[in-house]
Amino acid sequence: MSQENQIYTVSIYTENNIGLLNRISAIFQRRHINIESIVSSVSEIKGVSRWTIVVKVTEEQIKKIIGQIEKQVEVIKAFYHTDDETIHQESCLFKIKSDLLFDERQIQNIIKDSNANIVTVNKKFFVLEKSGRRQELDELHQKLKPFGIMQFVRSGRIAVTKDEMKISEMLLAFKN
Amino acid sequence: MENTQTITKDEKQVVTSTRISGSEAVVRCLLAEGVETVYGYPGGAIMPIYDELYKYQDKLHHVLTRHEQGATHAAQGFARISGKVGVAMATSGPGATNLITGIADAQIDSTPMVCITGQVASHLLGSDAFQETDIIGISTPVTKWNHQITKASEIPEVIAKAFYIAKSGRPGPVLIDITKDAQFEEFDFEYKTCEAIRSYKPVPETQPEQVKAAADLINSAKKPMIVWGQGVILGEAEEELKAVIEKAGIPSAWTILGASAIPTSHPLNIGMVGMHGNYAPNKLTNECDVLIAIGMRFDDRVTGNLATYAKQAKVIHFEIDPAEVDKNVKTDIAVLGDAKTSLAALLPLLEAKSHDNWHNEFKKLYDVEFEKVIKNDLHPTKEGLTMGEVLKQINTETKGEAAIVSDVGQHQMIACRYADFKVSKSNITSGGLGTMGFALPAAIGAKMAAPNREVVAIIGDGGYQMTIQELGTIFQTRVPVKIVVLNNDFLGMVRQWQQLFFDRRYASTELVNPDFVQIAKGYHIDAKRVTKREELADAVKEMIASDSAYFLEVCVEKEDNVFPMIPTGASVSDVRLS
Repeated sequence: MSQENQIYTVSIYTENNIGLLNRISAIFQRRHINIESIVSSVSEIKGVSRWTIVVKVTEEQIKKIIGQIEKQVEVIKAFYHTDDETIHQESCLFKIKSDLLFDERQIQNIIKDSNANIVTVNKKFFVLEKSGRRQELDELHQKLKPFGIMQFVRSGRIAVTKDEMKISEMLLAFKN
Repeated sequence: MENTQTITKDEKQVVTSTRISGSEAVVRCLLAEGVETVYGYPGGAIMPIYDELYKYQDKLHHVLTRHEQGATHAAQGFARISGKVGVAMATSGPGATNLITGIADAQIDSTPMVCITGQVASHLLGSDAFQETDIIGISTPVTKWNHQITKASEIPEVIAKAFYIAKSGRPGPVLIDITKDAQFEEFDFEYKTCEAIRSYKPVPETQPEQVKAAADLINSAKKPMIVWGQGVILGEAEEELKAVIEKAGIPSAWTILGASAIPTSHPLNIGMVGMHGNYAPNKLTNECDVLIAIGMRFDDRVTGNLATYAKQAKVIHFEIDPAEVDKNVKTDIAVLGDAKTSLAALLPLLEAKSHDNWHNEFKKLYDVEFEKVIKNDLHPTKEGLTMGEVLKQINTETKGEAAIVSDVGQHQMIACRYADFKVSKSNITSGGLGTMGFALPAAIGAKMAAPNREVVAIIGDGGYQMTIQELGTIFQTRVPVKIVVLNNDFLGMVRQWQQLFFDRRYASTELVNPDFVQIAKGYHIDAKRVTKREELADAVKEMIASDSAYFLEVCVEKEDNVFPMIPTGASVSDVRLS
């Protein structure tokens, strides 16, 4: 098993209960592992939450962590995947002075080339949204930086897996 | 409750629906779960529940401990000797935080326990109200599950889940925090026991092909060795284990929490593994060809240096908790499931063997250990009393039928090494967490759960003073526990390490002790001190013969060490005899 640190995407299906964030994050904190990003959202199944956590660890570590996560009473199932096993995206927002949109022709080209969307424009500022892989977001960030960014925010990773997860079947089996 | 789905039994299980307060519901839920004894300490935020305990005192026995930590350890002692769920209660804030040590202990030692804490009223949550503490946040890492209740109507379902989770699969502690307004609120009460939770699979199914693979490997082994742990006791698989051991003729060792599952005198019982375990099983762990781990978790105190642990052996792991497989030691064959089912499936596939030559290797090493260690511990010729000879005397007087409740330190290792166990669930000690102060309150719980058994607490002079106030509980409840303090005026185990690894710099390990006999007598507990060998036998006899609680202080040699010993980070095969 690989002893090198690499990026893993952890996907967890859980019940939607108070306190579970604490319980899950403590599993990483206890092992002195920094969480790169964490997203909690609804899933394809009603009443079931889906978590997407990104960490940089060894495969041996992530296997043990998945075991500890699955052990939690309110966790239905947990998986770990490498980047090439998932389709993953992040999203970011830039708040930029509106003047620049008209004064700096270059900005318009950057926006066009990057497939970013203008969410809103008013007299003072405009908001640019870009979703994609981390590298694409970083590139856009670097290109816009010299013009001055009023605010920048980036979401955690969300990911779907190429393989099936079969959570619905698992829940159906419980009912029977 | 938000979206947790539970399945409950049919209508027969339903207790008549009536409108009652949340606090009365708590008591009725406990009764419905078959709880007879609760350990706890009242306070502001749990007063409505205590008011109901007062009304129900003829049905539910509440034991007032002298500290909330004592309540948890008493509940643990109750659970460990009976296999039932122990229950502890405390108020909010400091009452709740005082439970944490016992909860952490129950978590690491897989003890079924339900703790109920009072909480400030829900409108005060987060306001830094008097005695408010975030006990859900604090207890999360040390509980199997926890939940805060803010509405009375949640009480039955949550308490039903709490008991189900605490006792099912790999057991553990659960904490339920109930706001004061939820305790006062009235609702239509009905109770259904919890039978399943959709996100929770307590016992993985035993896979027949894994059992077959394990049997094949065991049948082909020339030098097989078993190490069993508490999973055998928790899974009530003692008979199945015995049958497996006897049929396959496998030398079998135990972890500290596995002790007593098979009688000490059983010819295939080769003793304890680990840091202060027996010489032969430690040494031969690194010579066996198949190592069969049953319901144990390869704790670092068992394995020593993992890089040199049983590297020559194929490893089979019988385990209920999938997260334990490959956690510390890579296994060749993992058999998931509870020990009783797995071992029962294994038995018919095993070939009858005796492995006589292999057994002789254990015997030879036992003789070495006897000459160098055991003889001096049990039959000392020097003047000072040894802890080992006290244990030997207790064995004699109790005929090995006592439950031994030990604290943490040198006396604990001696107790586990030398206690003569005849029946299962007889070794009650704090294994994983190593909680000094565990034994005195745990002995109270154990004796109350098993009033017909002799319960002997064996405690060091250090740990005794961590929960010594529970003598008050013993005095008030008249619970006839026998308390033996092996007094060497030191924190003996730490002193031993200072002697061996810190060049005898005895930093803060020497204790100036009070008159323990006077203290016991202050609580009207019969008490005696022994300082000479010739007094020991009669004193132990008198203690065991007593119908009431009894305190015996034995002043032992101050600077004795416990051997064998595997120094931290060393290999099991480097176990030292001196």
